[in-house]
Amino acid sequence: MQEPTHGGPRRLVHHVRAGDIEHGGLASAQIKRQLSGLGVAPQDARRAGIIAFEGEMNLVVYSTNGGTITVTVSEKLVDIEVADEGPGIEDIDLALTPGFSTAPSWARELGFGAGMGLCNIQANADWFEIHSHIGSGTRILCRIERRRHDASGHRPTTRT
Amino acid sequence: MTLRDIVRQLGLEVVAGAGWLDRDVSGGFSGDLLSNVLASARPGNLWITIQRHVNVVGVAQVAGLSGVLLAGGEPPAAAVLAKAEEMAIPILLSRDGAFELAGRLHRILVPDVR
Repeated sequence: MQEPTHGGPRRLVHHVRAGDIEHGGLASAQIKRQLSGLGVAPQDARRAGIIAFEGEMNLVVYSTNGGTITVTVSEKLVDIEVADEGPGIEDIDLALTPGFSTAPSWARELGFGAGMGLCNIQANADWFEIHSHIGSGTRILCRIERRRHDASGHRPTTRT
Repeated sequence: MTLRDIVRQLGLEVVAGAGWLDRDVSGGFSGDLLSNVLASARPGNLWITIQRHVNVVGVAQVAGLSGVLLAGGEPPAAAVLAKAEEMAIPILLSRDGAFELAGRLHRILVPDVR
């Protein structure tokens, strides 16, 4: 989906259904295409696509009622928000630990649940925040500074 | 080296994306954990995997891979092939296993390594 705006930032909103593995990853593929269409550089569109894919699969595998991926594109930034309404992450530090996963066996058999999803999101974002509370859900906020990717750059993480 | 060269040299079957075989292949990547592929495969890589569900197409598209080489013979479902066509992701098929395919692909992509 693409909401029309007039010269300002462009906002793309994708709804993702819980458990819908058959369509999992396809919103992200579409987001990457849309970003390229909006003139975002290939390397930035790729980073945004990877962030969206990991976020999308988290919504498919873990969320109670699905959630939303919102991408906002402005002249210098691509902002990506992945939000759901539950169940929420019990221990965020543990969830951010490489290799840690609570994925069910059906997801692992398909190659998900490697415990690398949030790490991949962090690695591809210039700025990353995660907020999660049991009962109210999880919000992940990522920012890509367009064409200013510095692999050695500091990427602060905020968790609440 | 293009996908077409690789298809010919490895005797692969093209089950989707036959229109994009002139794409250059920057290297290979082998793995079945999707996040691992997203983290480590480079743009233009040909991805060898035993996974054959639709999310493979999504991974290949967002990671900017040149194509997917499915090891182990069985073709994916028709819906997966349709999605691959739509996303411009060539799907190649071989009866060989991933180990053998990786070895043969490496030999033609990096011929100087003994």
